[in-house]
Amino acid sequence: MTDASYTTETAETSFLRRWMRVLGSVAQRPSGAIGLTLVAVHIIVAIISPWIVPYDTVALSADEILAPPSSIHLLGTDSLGRDVFSRVLEGGRQALIVCGIATPLSMLWGGLLGIYLGLRGGWLDDIVMRLVDAVLSLPGILPLMVVVVIIDGGNLVLTITLAVLFGIPVIRVVRAAAQAVAARDFVLAARARGHSRRNIMWRELLPNVLDVLMVEGAMRLSWMLLSFSALSFLGYGVAPPTPDWGQDISEARVFMSLAPWGVLGPMFALSTLIIGVNLTADALAKALGLDRAQRAVV
Amino acid sequence: MFELIVKRLFLGLVTVWLVSVVIFLGIEALPGDACTAHLERDAQGELLENCREKLGLEKPAFARYMDWASAAITGDLGVSIDGQTKITSEVALRVKNSILLAAGALSVGVPLAVFLGVIAGLWRDRFPDLFISTAAIFAMTIPEFVSATILVLIFSIWLGWLPAVVLTPADAPALEFFPEFVPATIVLTLVMVAHIMRMVRSSVIEVMAGEFVQMATLKGVPYWRIVVRHALPSALLPAINVVALTVAWLLGGVVVVEVVFNYPGLGRMMIDAISDRDLPVVQAITLLVAATYVVINLAADMAGILLNPRLRTQLGRR
Repeated sequence: MTDASYTTETAETSFLRRWMRVLGSVAQRPSGAIGLTLVAVHIIVAIISPWIVPYDTVALSADEILAPPSSIHLLGTDSLGRDVFSRVLEGGRQALIVCGIATPLSMLWGGLLGIYLGLRGGWLDDIVMRLVDAVLSLPGILPLMVVVVIIDGGNLVLTITLAVLFGIPVIRVVRAAAQAVAARDFVLAARARGHSRRNIMWRELLPNVLDVLMVEGAMRLSWMLLSFSALSFLGYGVAPPTPDWGQDISEARVFMSLAPWGVLGPMFALSTLIIGVNLTADALAKALGLDRAQRAVV
Repeated sequence: MFELIVKRLFLGLVTVWLVSVVIFLGIEALPGDACTAHLERDAQGELLENCREKLGLEKPAFARYMDWASAAITGDLGVSIDGQTKITSEVALRVKNSILLAAGALSVGVPLAVFLGVIAGLWRDRFPDLFISTAAIFAMTIPEFVSATILVLIFSIWLGWLPAVVLTPADAPALEFFPEFVPATIVLTLVMVAHIMRMVRSSVIEVMAGEFVQMATLKGVPYWRIVVRHALPSALLPAINVVALTVAWLLGGVVVVEVVFNYPGLGRMMIDAISDRDLPVVQAITLLVAATYVVINLAADMAGILLNPRLRTQLGRR
């Protein structure tokens, strides 16, 4: 009894220690350090923004419409007289909450199904992979938009749809990795020892495809943030007047020649977040010895 | 090799068929049907009955799928939600415009991407590479609507060099889109150059580390001769697949860029159909774009098989 708890504890601590080490080597690369810093700053700002914004983000002000940046309004005001700086500070919250929940969900279901198919193979694998190919050939943002427009259920529907759609490419990547691992001798040994399939998935395959899954997850997060903001930009994401970068950019574009600060603020914030996630993903891939560029996806 | 090609073709056909099933079932799975989605609050009584009758929605799903799919094979994509507009002729116009945009981006983008990728690969981790690779990360990650907005802000509003939006109607001849389609082409080129360049770079690095390159170096073949005659032909082969993905993306996925520049291509038509809640049109365009994607990737696979002697015997690459 004591023996068993002892072994699980070391497994857990060595697991944690390994990922702390990976995080350390990500932070040591220049791109990783910049990426992690950007992401951390964005997360912190998103959490504390309701308490630090100088103005109410939805308060209209008729006599301060499209006011240029000044000491009163650091980034000026938008076409409804709202403070742009406050809206930029709070504008990432929706994106980070939705994508922050949907990414782990997509990794979870896509990863588990991928591992299962990679180990099982056979007819089920053939059928599911053909379906995956079919779904992945649908044009980018379209399925997401159709579901969101027709069902119109706010952030909950959006989160679930993102988690489902972005899990599909995860299946393909993880399955390929799991297939390579399943062909190796220690999996054969586990089979010979009579371990159940679930046991092999959990104890042999998962630890060995985790690297691939983590890199894939980081990439999915950046694609998801892109899709979320594009959806918002097109007018199908966050419901106004809640501040959101994509939506604020599309609103401010109309007045761009008069008040460029309205687009510059949210564009800077959105770009730094997505660049931050990407640099981190890149550094993570390099720290784990996986070359991301080998699997370029448009 | 013949067997391999036939197998690929068959798999491609199966995928296209599955795509049509996935699209049809996906639309069926949405709450309501095309008529309730389009009419929204007015979806009741006579109006709803009329609409359903026009679209033949009272038939069972399987019969509707068969009608839709068999018509689609003959090139008839059905009618839009008002029951009158032929989708095929409408789509044909937009496809022409999308091809124009894609051709513009590809003709500049592919040579540029290959050039930059080879430079970055040969000077790996040194100045040219660091500069090109960093620029590529920016070009890839910054959302298209952000780079488009920056472009418009600088070149249309501040400098006044380029038109900010396209005002030419969808059915105008191709030449009339010049110079209005230039900004959209620039934004698309930026993104695709970044993707293709990264692929070419890593493939050049891999090939240059190969034994046959080492062998040629030891034999005393001049460096540039090794690069041009020995390394590049095999390094550029994997790029075919990325170029294919890019072509497919350009022909169907450039929704955001088309909306930003008001360009009357397939992507804009898709968005308009979605905001009109015109599901027949959405269904038709999705099928067309997805089928194009499958066909283009199939063509790239074929080209890969024909050009790469090693793949001719190796079965089932993926």
